[in-house]
Amino acid sequence: MCLWCRIRQKNPKKKTYYAAHVMTPLLSAPGEKMAAVQDAPMELDSEKETKPEILSDGTSNLSGNTASGTLSSPPLTAGGAPKQEDQQTLIAVLQFLRRNKLTESVDILRREACLEDQEDSQTLDGSGGGKGDGDGGDANSLLSRVSIASAAAPQSTLTPIPVKSEYDQPDVSVVLSAYSQQGDPSLYQVYYTGLKNFIESVLDCHRAELSQLFYPLFVHMYLELVYNNHETKAKAFFEKFSGDQECYYQDDLQILCGLTKKEHLKGNEALLDFRTSRFVLRISRDSYQLLKRHLQERHNNQIWNIIQEHLYIDIFDGMPRSKSQIDSMSGSFAGETRREVNKAKVFYGLLKEPEIEVPLDDEDDEAENEEGKPKKKKTKKDSMGSKSKKQDPNAPQQNRIPLPELKDSDKLDKIMYMKESTKRIRLGPENLPSICFYSFLNAYQGLTAVDFTDDSSLLAGGFADSTVRVWSATPKKLRKVKSAAELNLIDKESDDVLERIMDEKTASESKNLYGHSGPVYGVSFSPDRNYLLSSSEDGTVRLWSLQTFTCLVGYKGHNYPVWDTHFSPFGYYFVSGGHDRVARLWATDHYQPLRIFAGHLADVTCTRFHPNSNYVVTGSTDRTIRLWDVLNGNCVRFFTGHKGPIHSLAFSPNGKFLASGSTDGRVLLWDIGHGLMIGELKGHTDTIYALKFSRDGEILASGSMDNTVRLWDSMKAFDDMETDDFTAATGHIPLPDNSQELLLGMYHSKSTPVTHLHFTRRNLLLAAGAYNSQ
Amino acid sequence: MEERRFAEVPRESIKLMAESSGVELSEEVAALLAEDVCYRLREATQNSSQFMRHAKRRKLSVEDLNRALRWSNTETICGYGAQDALPFRPLKEGELFFVEDREINLVELALATNIPKGCAETMVRVHVSYLDGKGNLEPQGTVPTAVQSLSEDLLKYYQQITRAILGEDPHLMKVALLDLQSNSKIAALLPYFVYVISGVKSVSHDLDQLNRLLHMVKSLVQNPYLYLGSYVRSLVSSVMYCILEPLAASINPLNDHWTLRDYAALLLSHIFWTHGDLVSGLYHQILLSLQKVLSDPVRPLCSHYGAVVGLHALGWKAVERVLYPHLPAYWANLQAVLDDYSVSNAQVKADGHKVYGAILVAVERLLKMKALSLTLAAEGSGAGLPGTTTGAVGFRENSPGLSPPSEPLSEPPLGIASHLQAGGAGCPWEEWTPVSLPAMYCELYSFFGDSLAVRFSTGPPLGGATPPGPCQPLEGRKEPASSAPNLENTRKMPQLTASMNISPRQDGSPRMEPQPPSLAATVPGRSLARSSSSSSVSRSRSSSSHPGRSTSQSRDIFPKARFPLPQAGPPAFSFIIGGRQMGRRCQGRRFQTSFTPTPPLTTHPPRAYAHKLPVIGRVSKPVRRWTCSHYSLHLPL
Repeated sequence: MCLWCRIRQKNPKKKTYYAAHVMTPLLSAPGEKMAAVQDAPMELDSEKETKPEILSDGTSNLSGNTASGTLSSPPLTAGGAPKQEDQQTLIAVLQFLRRNKLTESVDILRREACLEDQEDSQTLDGSGGGKGDGDGGDANSLLSRVSIASAAAPQSTLTPIPVKSEYDQPDVSVVLSAYSQQGDPSLYQVYYTGLKNFIESVLDCHRAELSQLFYPLFVHMYLELVYNNHETKAKAFFEKFSGDQECYYQDDLQILCGLTKKEHLKGNEALLDFRTSRFVLRISRDSYQLLKRHLQERHNNQIWNIIQEHLYIDIFDGMPRSKSQIDSMSGSFAGETRREVNKAKVFYGLLKEPEIEVPLDDEDDEAENEEGKPKKKKTKKDSMGSKSKKQDPNAPQQNRIPLPELKDSDKLDKIMYMKESTKRIRLGPENLPSICFYSFLNAYQGLTAVDFTDDSSLLAGGFADSTVRVWSATPKKLRKVKSAAELNLIDKESDDVLERIMDEKTASESKNLYGHSGPVYGVSFSPDRNYLLSSSEDGTVRLWSLQTFTCLVGYKGHNYPVWDTHFSPFGYYFVSGGHDRVARLWATDHYQPLRIFAGHLADVTCTRFHPNSNYVVTGSTDRTIRLWDVLNGNCVRFFTGHKGPIHSLAFSPNGKFLASGSTDGRVLLWDIGHGLMIGELKGHTDTIYALKFSRDGEILASGSMDNTVRLWDSMKAFDDMETDDFTAATGHIPLPDNSQELLLGMYHSKSTPVTHLHFTRRNLLLAAGAYNSQ
Repeated sequence: MEERRFAEVPRESIKLMAESSGVELSEEVAALLAEDVCYRLREATQNSSQFMRHAKRRKLSVEDLNRALRWSNTETICGYGAQDALPFRPLKEGELFFVEDREINLVELALATNIPKGCAETMVRVHVSYLDGKGNLEPQGTVPTAVQSLSEDLLKYYQQITRAILGEDPHLMKVALLDLQSNSKIAALLPYFVYVISGVKSVSHDLDQLNRLLHMVKSLVQNPYLYLGSYVRSLVSSVMYCILEPLAASINPLNDHWTLRDYAALLLSHIFWTHGDLVSGLYHQILLSLQKVLSDPVRPLCSHYGAVVGLHALGWKAVERVLYPHLPAYWANLQAVLDDYSVSNAQVKADGHKVYGAILVAVERLLKMKALSLTLAAEGSGAGLPGTTTGAVGFRENSPGLSPPSEPLSEPPLGIASHLQAGGAGCPWEEWTPVSLPAMYCELYSFFGDSLAVRFSTGPPLGGATPPGPCQPLEGRKEPASSAPNLENTRKMPQLTASMNISPRQDGSPRMEPQPPSLAATVPGRSLARSSSSSSVSRSRSSSSHPGRSTSQSRDIFPKARFPLPQAGPPAFSFIIGGRQMGRRCQGRRFQTSFTPTPPLTTHPPRAYAHKLPVIGRVSKPVRRWTCSHYSLHLPL
């Protein structure tokens, strides 16, 4: 068990390191020049200069993300001035590499670091010397130095601890040794009771905030007892105080409860994670002062030590938060978000649409014939056109991420899309969409994933029996391309050659794709409908051709079940996330990942691309959501608030907002730009597996295991929230409890859990799920 | 008292388990182990719940737990994959609980008569659930399952459909069949329809009804939503009935039961190709029953016809495997029928021609497909070619003259060899194997003569020219005088020559000789003598074979053959389809069309020839039965 987790921790990290080096240039593959990538960091720099608050925020690159900063080289090379933390990180990386005898990588890293030396020699002298001396010194001594440094300045050095944890996670004994200081085990209950009494006696306004301390303290004290082999005392401690904890920590308490042996502690990754990451609390300055004074008065060193070592208290100036405010944000595995984590600039705007000449006249004639209101439509389209021509100030540079060039077929599809969108129904609270339900019948083998193509012409289902099935949702049947021998006979000059290459004999309503050796947990169509991705328990992501209905590539990288995969809205890239706790960014023509997004403390359950393809969002079993920058692999947003694993994510069509659904049956809405939670939609009684915004973003549809589809007024939810930079500074806003007002409709299916939701281009809502006869 | 949060494994259980595997545990160790086991179990359960969540289920399955175990490098638990819960029972005396694990009697299971439920195909159905946000009044629709209880509607549907199909209105029938072909919700009715179809036996006198039932089979088979499962067997047996049985309807020669058999054979092959995988061994069963019919001389010719057509429909491999090895034996019987020109035999003879035609078509396809497969594997078959080429060379040298007298003697046990000689070839087929194309051609040529040659050389191209290996012996044998007969053949169009024979004397073919090698061995000298004499004259004309046939009649199973030959029969037309070389060595069957004898026969009352139906074979039960049924059918007339 122990060895297993050690390997599991190690392997991806090693690979990651190489990946960061090898992959960066590869990003320029899809038709763009290298310059595109090189431009981008410069762009980043200029951004930073113009926005000083980011620079002053010393840890923006690494904070909130234990791994990505060290894993991907861009922040080292591209980030502004290297900081002390970076140096220490560097040393730690070098130590790690040396220990694993990866001398080449050491050299490469050194060379790169030296390059930096010349650019900015102010701090690197020390590190250079450190490197020379550090050869003999073992990692522990180095890391102890790091920890000392952190202890000296607990407020400012956030990153060394994660770094330490990062590289010593394999060495369980080192991690756990923090617990070895012997306090009197019998006094633990006294300490805890003392703190409890104190918190209960303080003013109401502070009580809620200080109550946040209970859970992390409880866990750490319990683990300390277990680690020091005070089994009976640990059990007694657990029995006495477990009832005080918030109900949303129930899952964790269940894990804790069974754990009474030091040996078990060593094998339990979840708790190792708890140990290695600092639990983040957000407390107002007043409450914190109160606590500090109390602990100092009582000389309660045991608790003070734990707070110093294992907790990170994010102190803010202002009103203490209320209980409900705290509850809405807490619940994650590692506490709340640090405010500064979400300060980085996110270019959430949409990319400029390519200018395609649409044969407007024919289209309008058609519209006139059909609907009789062509005038209105025309003006609307014109306004849309002008909007797309202007660059959105929040949008990333067009070539920030190299994107594949549009093919002729893509342009045709865009034209089709434009035509369709003119016939789109405008939804609103008074005008709810019609819902079509695609029921999978006789799916005894277990339907695990569904996806629709953007034009709603194809439907794919992933099943627990390892198969992927593709259905045609239109009367047009699915056909394979003819075999090579037959293709030779075709007249390649003929106009209908695309029609001729299809083998009429293979026409059928559905096609089965065989290749996986485990349940298929995620499927995703490419935007051009030529490919299908599927991710499976067997640890692979497979790319299937929808022309030949064969497997083209098996992407091996996740060595554990891959829970989800999603194609970029522009194709070419895709993201996958799995049991190995990382999300990976791939390009279809590379068999290795381009980026590895590491930082989640538990499985990555759900992955989605931002509409502008520059960001990737991942949801995890650790009950957090992270937004990653595709360009440099940084974690730019970190959202907490869910009380259970996150199983669905959806971006609003304008890229500004994010909705997330979890096993706790709640949908949370997030403002990406400001990094704030802006809404909570309660109503579902079971896991939410599907979320989708309507094409114009007015309606949010959510589908759940409880066999219902609910429609929410997302426009109202977004408009009601006044988010500005000021509110963003506090990191929280008062959330109105208006779920009932926002709920526009609830629709029951006939014992069919909703697995997937999709809005057609005309805003008809398609839902899919497997009919469950029991 | 606080309730316990988790189930725990008591140390007693641990001790018991240790005991059962022969280990003695101290109290202390057991306690420690019990605790550890609890923890590990909990851990595995927690891990497995993740698989459940991602599979979008609410129920944790054994599969989930096994996956979790596998990913933590622990051995998985086998034998608990069943969907239904395992009963957990206490033992009366003593506190022992166990999972009931009944022994299953495999024989009983295998012979169980209850038909297992099929697993219906996964499919997607669309249903507009909410129109403009308002609920749709229409129910979501029923789920098509393999077997479900019959609803009122289904029953009504069943009645309507069967009435429409078996009724009089052809238009209604067409509609019903179309619906049967595309309706997705009739899985529950499948057993009923199968039962209706199995009623073919009771309507064997009514060709129309039989046809309708076969169409019903076709519709059911073509319905993509139906999982036929084990019903395939039942359907196949119904279709086979139509192919093989001497239907009551076939007593009346005016009934075109031939078409029915053709259609049924096509249907059989369709079922086999599309649903053959549902029943294991179906192919062999079909082949076996077809072979049985073919080798049963008691059966009427229409049954034989059905068998041949069925084999043909199943593909050339079936023909090669069953018909071809059986042909020599069968040919004798057929020959006897065809050579009997008595008026009383006319109807049977017509049937015989039908069979002849069917065999010819089947054999032609066999040869063509075989040649095609040979060309495809042209280089690969090099090993077999040298033998044939040397044989061909030797044959060429010999063929202009007569076969050397020593050769037949050297291989007396080969009945086939004598046949080949009778065919005028005299070729030394020492390397005769049932699969070699030239040998096959030779043999078949001895039966069909040039009508085969013409058919083989015409028709659809066989992927370019005929294979060089096999065609060498062919051209030598067929046309010794011509230098390039193959070319000539391909260019030549088949000719239809009508010749009028005053008396039907071509019955004296030596092919009448019984086939078994042991029998042939008894008359080597005679066959040699015959071959030398006959190859100079036109084979079929040789009257010398008359005594030969009578003496060699070692089997008396063909009493028809002894019928006195009508000396003053009506002039008969015989069509000879063949090439230009026909006239020279016309040792093949003349393709005597059946209409020569029929015109006079149609004037005959059916009774007159009805009893001649079982003309091949002993007069036995089926004969009586059929004459009886004939009488019963025609007495009112």
